[in-house]
Amino acid sequence: MDELDRAIVNSLQGDFPICDHPFAEVAGRLGIAEQELISRIEALLQNGVLSRFGPMYHAERMGGRLSLVAMKIPDSNFEHVAEIINAMPEVAHNYARDHVLNMWFVLATETADEHAAALKKIERDTGYPVYDMPKIKEYFVGLRLTV
Amino acid sequence: MKPENIMPATSLDETDRQIVVATQSGLPLVPQPYHAIAQQLGITAAEVMVGMRNMIDTGVIRRIGVIPNHYALGYKANGMSVWDVPDDQIDVLGKTIGDLEFVSHCYHRPRHLPDWPYNFFAMVHGHNRAEVEEYVRKIARLIGEADRGHQILYSTRILKKTGLRIGG
Repeated sequence: MDELDRAIVNSLQGDFPICDHPFAEVAGRLGIAEQELISRIEALLQNGVLSRFGPMYHAERMGGRLSLVAMKIPDSNFEHVAEIINAMPEVAHNYARDHVLNMWFVLATETADEHAAALKKIERDTGYPVYDMPKIKEYFVGLRLTV
Repeated sequence: MKPENIMPATSLDETDRQIVVATQSGLPLVPQPYHAIAQQLGITAAEVMVGMRNMIDTGVIRRIGVIPNHYALGYKANGMSVWDVPDDQIDVLGKTIGDLEFVSHCYHRPRHLPDWPYNFFAMVHGHNRAEVEEYVRKIARLIGEADRGHQILYSTRILKKTGLRIGG
């Protein structure tokens, strides 16, 4: 990454414009050509510095239901349970963590009923209880990385 | 306490929904991305732009821009710091801690006693675990006497990672 890449990553984490020629507008601010900006973003996506470029959606505001769910799974059964959980399309991310509650995943559904049904299905299919932790309040979600 | 996410949500109209489906994995990298989406959906560019501006106003779109990959940028350690704090102080603490630049997600979540006494979550990012721990000490100093116990949970393995998607 050179200075220009850093300037693009640092200055474009939030307000890409909605207008007829948004890349031209941002490029103008950075003092470069429109096509240069497009090519740079393309390259940063390709080499993995950026995971995405575009709108970041707020799942619950779209009417969906999202929660963080934890489970306590014995080591001997961990891989088997992980397979069952990962196979569910409602599960977006799943992490092993170093705690007694050792499996943590995000459960996303379009409705509250589907959410309850998915939790019941998990308990039934795995035989272990779920610790459902929907957010009560969100204080901040975002990234403010300076590179 | 009622979780925030079962409050009535903005319902998307059919055009909004089509825009979400067309853009949720990213904007096209062409000089006129909104026109490209419009063409794909068979609507006008003005409709796409108005729809997206409305979704920003209603909070359906948090923001538009680049989403950096922490890991590729050297932020290789992330710790989920979890705290037991008094419920009546949590909103004040949430504003303070959520403002810290090394915190990417900050939430009030329910306890599950006796196994899980923690009601406040702050995801902390650093270049290594020592840096994460330094940041967590900084949070502990800010929380002060309201800190009735905390832990850092590190992820040891990614078991699944797919983006959130709505169906077409």
